[in-house]
Parts: sequence; structure tokens; C-alpha cells
Amino acid sequence: MSDLAMTAPALRSPSVEFWRRFRRKRVALAAGGVLLVLILAAIAAPLIAPYGPMVPDYDNVLAGPSWQHLCGTDTFGRDIFSRILWGGRISLTVGFVSVALGGSVGVVLGLVSGFFGGLLDSLIMRVMDVLLAFPGILLAIGVVALLGPGIDNVIYAIAVFSVPVFARLVRGSTLALRQTLYVQAARSIGVRAPQLMLIHILPGALPSVIVYCSLRVGTSILTAAALSFIGLGAPPPSPEWGTMLAEGRSYLGVADQMTLFPGLAIFITALAFNLLGDGLRDALDQKLR
Amino acid sequence: MLDYLTRRLVGTIPVLLAVSIFVFLFVHLLPGDPARLVAGPDATPQDIAAVRADMGLDRPLIVQYAHYLIDTLQLRLGRSIKTHQTVAELIGERFMPTLLLTVFAMLWSVVVGVGIGVLSGVKRGRWQDQVGMVLAISGISFPGFWLGLLLIDLFSVHLGWLPTGGYGTWQHFVLPAFTLGTGVAAVMARFTRSAFVEVTAEDYVRTARAKGVPERGVVWKHTLRNALIPVITLTGLQFGFLLGGAIVVETVFAWPGLGRLLVDSVAYRDYPVIQAEILLFSSEFVLINLVVDLLYAVVNPEIRLR
Repeated sequence: MSDLAMTAPALRSPSVEFWRRFRRKRVALAAGGVLLVLILAAIAAPLIAPYGPMVPDYDNVLAGPSWQHLCGTDTFGRDIFSRILWGGRISLTVGFVSVALGGSVGVVLGLVSGFFGGLLDSLIMRVMDVLLAFPGILLAIGVVALLGPGIDNVIYAIAVFSVPVFARLVRGSTLALRQTLYVQAARSIGVRAPQLMLIHILPGALPSVIVYCSLRVGTSILTAAALSFIGLGAPPPSPEWGTMLAEGRSYLGVADQMTLFPGLAIFITALAFNLLGDGLRDALDQKLR
Repeated sequence: MLDYLTRRLVGTIPVLLAVSIFVFLFVHLLPGDPARLVAGPDATPQDIAAVRADMGLDRPLIVQYAHYLIDTLQLRLGRSIKTHQTVAELIGERFMPTLLLTVFAMLWSVVVGVGIGVLSGVKRGRWQDQVGMVLAISGISFPGFWLGLLLIDLFSVHLGWLPTGGYGTWQHFVLPAFTLGTGVAAVMARFTRSAFVEVTAEDYVRTARAKGVPERGVVWKHTLRNALIPVITLTGLQFGFLLGGAIVVETVFAWPGLGRLLVDSVAYRDYPVIQAEILLFSSEFVLINLVVDLLYAVVNPEIRLR
């Protein structure tokens, strides 16, 4: 965290300084609160959802919002609010798992690339360039075309296009940190490469990785929903938000609740992750795009 | 400049080759036998053997790749499994709608996005800035396909002003181009604002102010011009992402473009078409990046000297 220490005005530890700055970002704090609620609601879906996500009620088909059905019902009379709660489990899992997967691979590649340099570095970075040469969703569609549709494959597909982003980010930090005095000092007393990378360099690169994770989870959730929407993600009757939107498409003007609420869920979740990421980034005061 | 141009052009070749290897291997990574896939579910073993020989699948991988590369350069991309049209023909039909859609989306979103970004940068901290940035972050978080559906619901279903989808007249362009451009406008606005703010802190801007240049001159001549340099790069990159975004937006609006062709092909497992489309999209992306880099070098001499 040396880069933070340099920007800290007084003798405060970087994490204290970071928290001091982040605390003032009220919008980001609120976004974090919203995310906490969303995550808890998704975890507690079996307990708090008023209806099962797949339970049809043919006497109550395409009902508008009411106290009985907060977001109305769909073509099968399924409660849309309950389905959104259950769908949150899918979307948030896809978001977190794909970023964790892609992020870890990217971080390792970036560390190795930046630390060793030379031929290995060029090789890894050229592969990353090629991966970056594909627009994200196209790469994801390619992976899905290869592995077949389904939510597991969507996770892999999205993880793949997160890898180069993290690899580049961490490579940059590693290059800078490798030159710092404390890493040089550690090296001079004979600390070995893996330990140097994991104990001395990685913690310095981690703050920017965490910021990027937040932004990335938002993007991943949007992409996953898009893939489901075009029929390449979770198949119906899954309560995945994008899948629900696709089902609601044919009922525009007839049952707007079928498109309105799942879309709102995607939007709020993505917005919260983006706002949180923005706040974290500003608090870190680093130039990340 | 010529030196830089040559270097960048030569540098693009390995990337394009690597992309073509990826795309070539794509069919070989598929679970199962590509010949069986192409021959269809009712094919006899003889049929499959014939297809395999026809496709050259019985030859070594490197020979196959060489043939693939030569064929691709001559635009012999094979035939669609679904319609039996040649892939080149299919792509030819679908190319213009997608190109027009992305160009219209790009035009409005760059103008609006840069406009909002400059306004926010000039009025930093004031209400204009806050409104602009709230719009921008919402635009980034808004799922394009949902926006499309909401617009169809409002303007087509309820008001009946515009068609719900399809292609033909200018009315068909309004909603898809708006939907596709929203995300880009948002990204442009945020980026332009931060570039603008960054340049405001430069010494030469302070000097301009100190020597009494009127505020209008500081904004237009000293700040904006320099702030727009990185914006050029971003514009080019966004063009590539629009191609990706078109995949989803075309599905929403039943647009007869490359994006929907790709989605349909994936659903049908029409591999020759998928292969050709992925190659086309990524080559476009690589070439756009190249053009952007060159443009950048034209505006910023420092780059050429590196």
C-alpha cells in the first residue's frame, strides 16, 4: 500500500486514511447499504419470499401489482416479487463467482507477468491483448457457443473476459511495486520469488483490484442478464432476471409488470455496484477507468 | 509518422493471426465431430466421411489452418448449416443494417456524451454537473435490452408513434439507435468530464488565466482542445463496443443485422456462420483500434516519438 502512503497527508495508516475518505462518500455508502440488503434478501429468499418461484396460480394470471402480489404475477400466475428475490441468488452468484474466477486468474497472470518480465511477460500480455480484442459480450457468446447455453457456462464465459482486465491492472501495479525500496530490500535478504509476489507485492496491488471487482461485478451481472435475455443463459422457467425479461417481452402493453420489475432489479443492482465502485475508487484516489 | 504507421500496421498482423487461430480452433474445440455436426443428425457414416474429406478434416491441423486462412482471405467462408446460403452472402445481406445502426448510435451518443461531459466539467460541483453525472452513471448501469423494451412499450405500444421493430424507414432507426447509444453517451460523458477536469489543473491553464485570457477562451481554446485528445481514443474503442451492444439491441428490435444473425446462429449451432461472424467482429475491433492509434498519433506528436 505504499502508493497510498505517499498520498496520505499525515502519519495515518493507509487503511485509516482510506476509511476516513470513504466515510464521506454518502452516495457510495448508501449504495453499499442497498447491496447489503440485496445480498441478504437473496440469501434469505426461501424464508422471505411470499411464494415459491415456480409455483403457478392459474386463477391469478397476469395480475397487476397488489398487496397480495407486490409486483404482480406472470403468465403462469407466478408471483413476480418472489421470483425476483430468487433470481437475485442467480444474478449475484454469477456476478461474484465469475469475477472471483476471472479476477484470480488475472491477478496471478498479472503478478507473474509484471514480476518476471521478459519473454513470459510478452507472451502473457499478447494473449491478453488478443482476448481484449474481442468485445466482452462477443467473447462470452463464443464461449457459450462452445460450451452450450446454461448458467454455469455463462459464469465461465464472463470470467474469461474479466481475466485480461485484471491481468493488465495487476501487471501495472507489480511493475511499479517491484522497484520500491521495501521489495528491493526483501529481495536483497534472499526472499524467494513466490513469497515476494504474494507477501510483498500483492497487498500493494490489492486495493485497486478490489475497486475494480466492484465495478466488474456490476458489468458481469448486466452481461449475464443480457446473455439470458438473448436465450443463451439460464433457460426458462429459471427466475433469472434476464430470462424473466425475455418472457415478458411478448406481453408489453398487456402485462408491463413482467418487464418493469425484473429490469428494475437489474438496474438497481448494477447501479449500486457502480456507485460503490466509484466511491471506493475516489477514496483510493487512483486513476482507474 | 511513416515509421510509426509501418510499425503499427506490422504490429497488427500477429494479433489478427492470433485471432484467426482462435477462431479456427473454435470448431475443433467443439464437443463432438465437426463433420458430424455439418452433415446433420440424419447423416450416414458415408455422408460424414464425405463431409470430412470435403472439409479437409482428415488432413493435419496445420494444413487445415493454412487452407482456412487462404479461404478466409478470399472470402470463401463456407455455407450456413441452416439456410445453405454461403456465409459471405448471409453476412453481406446483414452488414449494412448493423453498420447504419452503429453509425447513427455513435453520432448522437458522441455529440450528447461529450456535450454533457464538457458542461459538467465547466460547471464542476454545480447542479448541472450533478444532473449530468447522475444521468451518466444511470446510463452505464441501465441494461440496454430493458431500455429497449421500455421504449417500445411507451412509444410503440402505448403512443403508437414508432414501429416496435423491423427495418426500412427512418422511423425504424429511432428507438434502436437511441437504445444502443445510451451506454456510450454515458461513458463518453464521464470520461470527457474527467479529462476536462484533469486538464483544468494543468499549469498552462493557470497561466492562461493569470495572463487574463477571458474564461470563454480558457474553456474553449486551452482546456477543451487538450481534453479532447484522450476522448478520441475512447470514441474509437466505443465503436467496437457498439458492435457488441448491437447483438443485444438487434434482438430486442428484430433488426436484420449481424448481431441477430449471430444470436440465431448460436441457437441453431450454425458453426460456419458463428465462426465467420466472430472473426469479422474481432477483426473490425482490431482495425478500429489501429485507426484510433493512428488518429491519436496525428493529434499528439509525443506518441510517434516513443
